[in-house]
Amino acid sequence: MQKHTISLLVDNEPGVLSRVAGLFSGRGFNIESLCVAETLDPSVSRITLVTRGDDAVAEQIKKHLNKLINVIKLYDLTGTEYVDREMALIKVKAKAEHRPEILRIVDIFRCKVVDVSPSHYTIEVTGTAEKLSAILGLLRPVGIKEIARTGAIALAREKKLRGR
Amino acid sequence: MAVLKQEGVDTIFGFPGGVVIDIFDELSRTDIQYILVRHEQGAIHAADGYARAKKRVGVCLVTSGPGATNTVSGIASAYMDSIPVVVLTGQVPTALIGNDAFQEVDIVGITRPCTKHNYLVKRTEDLARVLREAFHIARSGRPGPVLVDLPKDVTQGKARYKPLPQPDIPSYSPTYKPNTKQLQRAVTLIKGAKRPVVFSGGGVILSGGSNELTKFAKKLHAPVTASLMGLGSFPGTDPLWLGMLGMHGTYRANMAIGACDLLIGIGVRFDDRVTGRVETFAPNAKIIHVDIDPTSISKNIPVTVPIVGDCKTSLRELNRILVREKVKFTKRARKPWLDKIQNWKDTTPLKYEQKNIIKPQYVVEKLYELTNGKAIITTEVGQNQMWTAQYYHFDRPHCFITSGGLGCMGFGFPAAIGAQVACPDRLVVDVAGDGSIQMNIQELATAVQYKLPVKVVILNNRYLGMVRQWQELFYGKRYTATDMKHAPDFAKLAESYGALGLKATKPREVEAVLKQGLDSPGPAFMDFWVAREEGVYPMVPAGAAITEMLLA
Ligand SMILES: Cc1ncc(C[n+]2csc(CCOP(=O)(O)OP(=O)(O)O)c2C)c(N)n1
Ligand SMILES: [Mg+2]
Repeated sequence: MQKHTISLLVDNEPGVLSRVAGLFSGRGFNIESLCVAETLDPSVSRITLVTRGDDAVAEQIKKHLNKLINVIKLYDLTGTEYVDREMALIKVKAKAEHRPEILRIVDIFRCKVVDVSPSHYTIEVTGTAEKLSAILGLLRPVGIKEIARTGAIALAREKKLRGR
Repeated sequence: MAVLKQEGVDTIFGFPGGVVIDIFDELSRTDIQYILVRHEQGAIHAADGYARAKKRVGVCLVTSGPGATNTVSGIASAYMDSIPVVVLTGQVPTALIGNDAFQEVDIVGITRPCTKHNYLVKRTEDLARVLREAFHIARSGRPGPVLVDLPKDVTQGKARYKPLPQPDIPSYSPTYKPNTKQLQRAVTLIKGAKRPVVFSGGGVILSGGSNELTKFAKKLHAPVTASLMGLGSFPGTDPLWLGMLGMHGTYRANMAIGACDLLIGIGVRFDDRVTGRVETFAPNAKIIHVDIDPTSISKNIPVTVPIVGDCKTSLRELNRILVREKVKFTKRARKPWLDKIQNWKDTTPLKYEQKNIIKPQYVVEKLYELTNGKAIITTEVGQNQMWTAQYYHFDRPHCFITSGGLGCMGFGFPAAIGAQVACPDRLVVDVAGDGSIQMNIQELATAVQYKLPVKVVILNNRYLGMVRQWQELFYGKRYTATDMKHAPDFAKLAESYGALGLKATKPREVEAVLKQGLDSPGPAFMDFWVAREEGVYPMVPAGAAITEMLLA
């Protein structure tokens, strides 16, 4: 069950997301995460979705997505060079004795504290899924109150200049 | 309206309501004829039957809310069978959308998974473009239903119309031309095959490729089978014809799949009713699969050579390569394979015994004889459908019209009405079950009103026969909820609508009733009281290999 990161350019119209999501639920494919936003061209949106399946399933998923009239272009980033990022907001309990520890973790992972209250910090973290999982693991003992997490967004890397 | 004209629409099947009065009103000022059905499901099935018989896009027009939801089964049926129809639904005014307004329903949302595409038109200026796109999408590539939802204010508004060119949708470009390398690989397999079988489907008929298919099979001197949807794509009276494949396929067709070393599937999608248990399907064969829809390929059955392309174009290309490379197999060369098939046919043919109760198969055979195999036949769903597929031999495409993928009871009669509108000079017969016919029986009024001489042959077993057969075989003969003894007298019912009603209860009456019904000038119901517990055989139990058939 390989992870596949698929990037879609779609018409920015009402109902398009529901066509994509409906395809997954209707055909029994799973979506691990999904992110959507407008591109530079306001008539086009980019959907980044992560799904799991063997090669045959992934192939079917791609063919079905391509068949949707509103899908303009599909890139399967899996197995190619690409950068991907997720983001999370993590609200942790900030008891006085834990604060230095929390701030150290924030520092190490290059996160930001974006909201402070007498009892809580809210931390913003960006990175790969692995990095997010790691910081969550470290913060858990301190007491995580709630989190909000995006799915992955991804872009293919441009070809690097070689021979230098 | 101007767009409808530009698209060559001559008929619309519909049923009115508050939000579409404007459209009907406008319609009355054109020469497009509208057929007022008696239930919206009738309209969509009729548009489907029209599309199949006429090889054109069928159109239906209904009101918002309940009018729209009543078309859903028919849309799903057209979607499963890849039939080009455009469904125009009324919608509440744009300002009210989302307010739970009177007769508002999110039909675009409801039909998203069962249309090829659908639209909600928000501005009158967009109407012409959207309609052009809808027709284009419905008929091109793998055809299918497209729904266009029309809010009342959008259809009341005025916009200047200028004829639009062929729509250009950058994100939509079906592949018609097959890949040459794959074609070449296919030909290499064909050259080496000792026991090939050609398996033809609805895609061949939709692409208009039946002649090319026949040529292809003759060059290979290969036996041909077809899915339910493919019947008529290859002559049903040709010596190379194997009969239908699958759950109720012929013994020889199913055995041939088990034994073949090359299976050439064209315009098929390897549906579970065809393959039986997939692991045991064509176990000794390499598979070539031609289809215009890439998602059909390697969906259920892994294939050796995938060819994405239009069936007709691909077959033409294949034939060209076969000629160029002088590939031609003779009857002699195929003798061992064809002998084997003949042997299956001789030992285990389709059979039934006509004794003192009318056998449904006998009625279908007689119908075949009396119509010289030339009628357009629609069917309902169930045993009636399978007996028709087995005992009526279709020599030409576009003559067999059935709800194959969805198996939607109530399809056959309105579809026959649509086919009759499309082909006024042809004889159109719906072979029906007593259960299914009651699902859209109200369309009798439509047939009578528009003087459409559709004939309905009811194989009346007073059971939901197909379900009863499963109960007989797999549920210890517990016939729960399948006894249909409480039914109208169909002959009298037909008469009450102003149609001809006939009834036969004895075998010797069958021919006379058929003759009288078929020769009558108007619509006719012929009610045949057949053996109640007759079964459809062969039968492959669900989940078994297709070579493991129950024979009686
Ligand atoms: C709308 C719909 N409901 C239920 C079914 C399930 N079903 C399939 S065949 C069948 C029996 C049909 O009975 P009848 O029309 O009398 O045909 P017979 O099998 O007796 O020839 C039923 C209920 C269906 N195919 N379609
Ligand atoms: Mg019945």
